[in-house]
Amino acid sequence: MSMIRESDRSRIPKLAADPQDRGGPGTPLLSVGGLIKHFGRTTGLLSQGRSVVRAVDGIDFEVAKGETLGIVGESGCGKSTTARLIMQIIVPDAGDILFDGEEVGSHALSLGEFRQQAQMVFQDSYSSLNPRLTVEDTIAFGPRVHGLSRRTAIARAHDLLHRVGLEPSRFAGCYPHEISGGQRQRVNIARSLALEPRLLILDEAVSALDKSVEAQVLNLLLDLKEEFGLTFIFISHDLNVVRFMSDRVMVMYLGKVAEVGPAESILALPRHPYTQALLASMPSMDPDNRTQEAPVSGDPPNPINPPSGCRFHPRCKVVATLCAHSEPAPHDVGAGHLAACHLANPESGHPRLAAA
Amino acid sequence: MAAIADALTRVPVKASRGYWTGVVARLARDPTAMVALTIILVIVAAAILAPLIAPADPYKGSMIRRLRPIGFPGYPLGSDELGRDMLTRLIYGGRLSLFIGVAPVICAFVIGSSVGIFAGYLGGRINTLLMRIIDVFFAFPSVLLAIALSGALGAGIFNSIVSLTIVFVPQIARVAESVTTQIRSRDYVEAARISGAGPVTIVRVHVLGNVLGPIFVYATGLISVSMILASGLSFLGLGVKPPDPEWGLMLNTLRTAIYTQPLVAALPGVMIFLTSISFNLFSDGLRSAMEVKQ
Repeated sequence: MSMIRESDRSRIPKLAADPQDRGGPGTPLLSVGGLIKHFGRTTGLLSQGRSVVRAVDGIDFEVAKGETLGIVGESGCGKSTTARLIMQIIVPDAGDILFDGEEVGSHALSLGEFRQQAQMVFQDSYSSLNPRLTVEDTIAFGPRVHGLSRRTAIARAHDLLHRVGLEPSRFAGCYPHEISGGQRQRVNIARSLALEPRLLILDEAVSALDKSVEAQVLNLLLDLKEEFGLTFIFISHDLNVVRFMSDRVMVMYLGKVAEVGPAESILALPRHPYTQALLASMPSMDPDNRTQEAPVSGDPPNPINPPSGCRFHPRCKVVATLCAHSEPAPHDVGAGHLAACHLANPESGHPRLAAA
Repeated sequence: MAAIADALTRVPVKASRGYWTGVVARLARDPTAMVALTIILVIVAAAILAPLIAPADPYKGSMIRRLRPIGFPGYPLGSDELGRDMLTRLIYGGRLSLFIGVAPVICAFVIGSSVGIFAGYLGGRINTLLMRIIDVFFAFPSVLLAIALSGALGAGIFNSIVSLTIVFVPQIARVAESVTTQIRSRDYVEAARISGAGPVTIVRVHVLGNVLGPIFVYATGLISVSMILASGLSFLGLGVKPPDPEWGLMLNTLRTAIYTQPLVAALPGVMIFLTSISFNLFSDGLRSAMEVKQ
């Protein structure tokens, strides 16, 4: 079942003919199916039967060419693990990852070829830069690995520095500790672009920056996206930032997809109680309209032993007995908007549906 | 785009102060480390230039001028139990003492770092296996291990270097492994992996530069231990053989004179102490100079 409908595609900017394009404009750039990663299973002699953390527990989604998919959720819901699974830094336990219609790691698309086309920007701008390498060497590293001469690679690094707004003559020879956090994140972005990727995964890429710098970097990302014809997966816990960046939004809860769909639809009319609570928890710009009580109370349950049925049911305001033993399947509520809640499905038998 | 890139390459890039330049600058501002370094350099220079600066022949004794006190005419630091000039023998003794003190640490640095970085970078079962084997060596006190190995291999300079190397390899490997394990999980190593780099390239470009510094500091600290152990082996008759001058051996042969000429008998010990503590203080200074930026 495709989660992207033709009506959505009209919003996505038309891409210029990309020589790397294989599947054509109709094929999603990234298609993830049944992705599962449980941690703590490969154990030694003495720790057999140890509990398993269900970090990512069966998620499906697609990213169309040229769009930005925002992924939101609480800490520990599996956002970053999903990013690392897509990049194959962590090997998934199960699931298919199709890039432009071809399976990653297969004969048609080797891991090396995939990694040239998909890159990632990390959250911590300090630990993602080698303290012993200058800015230009950091950016030129990828191209040099792929066989470019040092001169060409450095020239490309200077060009990219220029594009991310750092004057090469001033910044190329700097070490990471000599530049600010915002500048380091620009270097990270330049590094991720050095291999001319098509997909860029931004894992909380602006979360560690202060607000004014964050806005600059977000605008830079939007400019670069247009300039290079990129597709973004934008991971954040900040709904305002996700709203600003994304065409579509995916809400994750405890390793599962709670809701996914077009950004306007999800943010204006959320169907999953968890998304509703997340939106209600956003501080309002209007002082008369303050949030008086926390919409979701408590911490997310332990992913080692997730709740039965719907994973959100212990914290849900509209919980019914049905929710504790039956897991809701994603239900299409229109225009490619899917919600994994019994209330979204008229046939689920949730008591509140009958009352309405 | 190519034209822009070409134009940009011609812009002179401001050469930034590298990491090691900063370390050296901070080290130069540390008076203790500088004094220690000066003492080390003087002792090393004296050992290298021994034939030029030593006032006498280190092997030529005199039966009638034995155990002269410090300051005796012709013997600035007295003479030993065979009437040989102490100053000359201390200068020449530095050659062997430094050599059998430093050589094991260098060998252990090369072997231990390779093992530790290999194990740390691979991680998993291979790491566990290698590290548990290395743990076996930690069951023995290093002095006992050195004596046992030297005893088994037989006396001699080469064998004492081999046995001291075996003593130090596990210690350096353990430090190398723990530092590498830390570096391996940094985001920049993951970023390098995403860039498509192979393990050898990643270790060469991203791991070595960040790992060798801390290992080097640790190894500098080991030099003093190594010198004391080497002197100890010579003292026990397992290292250098008489009549070659070596501080540990000299301490041993002069111990009979401890009641007649205590100051002269203590001189080789003073040299061992001075050199060891200088290496230790220098290593401490290096550590704090390197800690400022990561």
